[in-house]
Amino acid sequence: MAEIEWPWQYSFPPFFTLQPHSDTRAKQLAAWKSLILEYYRITKQAIVDIREVHSSPLFNNSAINRILFRQDNGKLSSEAILLILEELAKSGNASPLDKTKQRWLIYWHTLEEWGEIIYNWAQDNGFIGSVCTLFELTQGEDTTHQEFYGLDTEVLIRALKTLEANKKAELILFDDNQGVKFF
Amino acid sequence: MKFIYDATLTYAYTMVMLRYTNFESGELVLTSHRFLWGRPGDISRGLTCLSLSLRHIVFFEEEVPGPFSFGRSKKIIIHLSESPVDKMPGPLDNSIYNYIKFSFKEGLDPNFHTHLSDTIMRRVWEFTPIMPLNHPDSNTKNSGDINKPLPQIKTRTGIIGIERSLQEQQKATDESISMAFQDLKKLMEVAKDMVSISKTISAKIRVILDKITLPLQERQGDITEDETVRFKSYLMSLGIDDPVTRDAYKSSNEYFKQLAIQLANILEEPIKEVGGMMTLTDVYCRVNRARGLELLSPEDLLNASRQLASLSLPIVLRVFDSGVMVLQSRSHDDNAIVDVIAELIKERGSLTAEEFAQSEGISVLLARERLLVTEKRGRASRDDTIEALRFYPNLFLEKDD
Repeated sequence: MAEIEWPWQYSFPPFFTLQPHSDTRAKQLAAWKSLILEYYRITKQAIVDIREVHSSPLFNNSAINRILFRQDNGKLSSEAILLILEELAKSGNASPLDKTKQRWLIYWHTLEEWGEIIYNWAQDNGFIGSVCTLFELTQGEDTTHQEFYGLDTEVLIRALKTLEANKKAELILFDDNQGVKFF
Repeated sequence: MKFIYDATLTYAYTMVMLRYTNFESGELVLTSHRFLWGRPGDISRGLTCLSLSLRHIVFFEEEVPGPFSFGRSKKIIIHLSESPVDKMPGPLDNSIYNYIKFSFKEGLDPNFHTHLSDTIMRRVWEFTPIMPLNHPDSNTKNSGDINKPLPQIKTRTGIIGIERSLQEQQKATDESISMAFQDLKKLMEVAKDMVSISKTISAKIRVILDKITLPLQERQGDITEDETVRFKSYLMSLGIDDPVTRDAYKSSNEYFKQLAIQLANILEEPIKEVGGMMTLTDVYCRVNRARGLELLSPEDLLNASRQLASLSLPIVLRVFDSGVMVLQSRSHDDNAIVDVIAELIKERGSLTAEEFAQSEGISVLLARERLLVTEKRGRASRDDTIEALRFYPNLFLEKDD
């Protein structure tokens, strides 16, 4: 797992407080977005659980003792992190997994981008018209150098579904057999 | 004739009687007509007491101490005649004795004996008709040593007696209350004088002020400009010599205008001294301290402050987003201040309102407002933690990445 290179904002304490000034806030949110995507890309993670972010070095910089979770009158406020996730969702880089928006999927490429990347790979490697298992795609020997190697299965399925919508692939989902057929 | 003896009295009453009684530790008074006995002080206050008419006395004698008696108290035995048929009920229903005994535990004036026998010999009650009971002192005769009339003695028995004593207590209370109010009236009279004195002083100062503020040529020449300035500064240091008051103006609008002008006059300098801005609470304290007695209400101050802007006076009211209100000098430039603060933040790395207040010598409230203005202009960013709200340079906007 590659080490992330933290941006300068990460050690700048105001980064962890939602800025009220609108221009400042826009810059701050943009910085957070790119940091989160970068972090998830490098660590190959996909899920943010708001209840657990205090244990994530991404949101909790113990070196300067700042956490995006702000203690507000003794109550944990997830306002800031939720705001950032909503921003990510707007650009197609995240989506909530439950109605209370506690768990989120992070897409460092949007689902459409993923679909395209995978379809391009299938075209380049002659998989059109044949079936691949999902395991093959993310863990197989043929894809070790691909970006989607090690991609979260849920993200993968969602990405492939965008292909399905465009009639470029068909998902085959049985209990244990998960595969995709490219057209 | 009246004698008061501090005495302990053993008393058995009515015409046929004698018995050891509980009438102890009282005062015995001998008048030309009667013996009076009461609790200490009761007689002089005119409260309930026992009385024994002297005409019932047959004779009296001093008891010779028996061989076995070692008490030091003197005892006088008074032998009484049979009680008349129409006698009012006494303190005891009846008695088998026909004498009473006075026991003077704390000694007896040697003259008592003579006075008593004299009084009985004179038999004054036979010469003057007995006056109604509630005017006994009008017939306590003469003998020269009466310098105080005897307090009213009344028969006090039954509910009537209780009611009467209540009435009297009420009367006494009324009297003491009206006494107290007399004092108050006097105080108010004095206060009137005080007010008029202060008014004259104020008027005199105004005359002097008018004189010294007359144009140069009209001045009498004996006051130089220097002196004028000095005198004015004295007056200023004393407070406001002639406060604008509501009574002086017909419309409150005009009143607020004048008040605003006065505010501008007295506050322009102080506001500059504290860095161009003063919270309205501070203003309120300062102004009212200077006004002394003619205090301003917060509403009046606020209304007058609102007039400041329209009158193009050197100070204006400013309301921060947080609702904090300040008076600031018109020349006060936010941009300049923001620049200074942004520089300061950069210099220090970060700044809290408390730190800023301390280094600038302004109130924390003001310091906070100024930092917020700086943030509002995008020149600072905040770091809100449990410990404090800390302001940093706005690297988000300043740093290009």
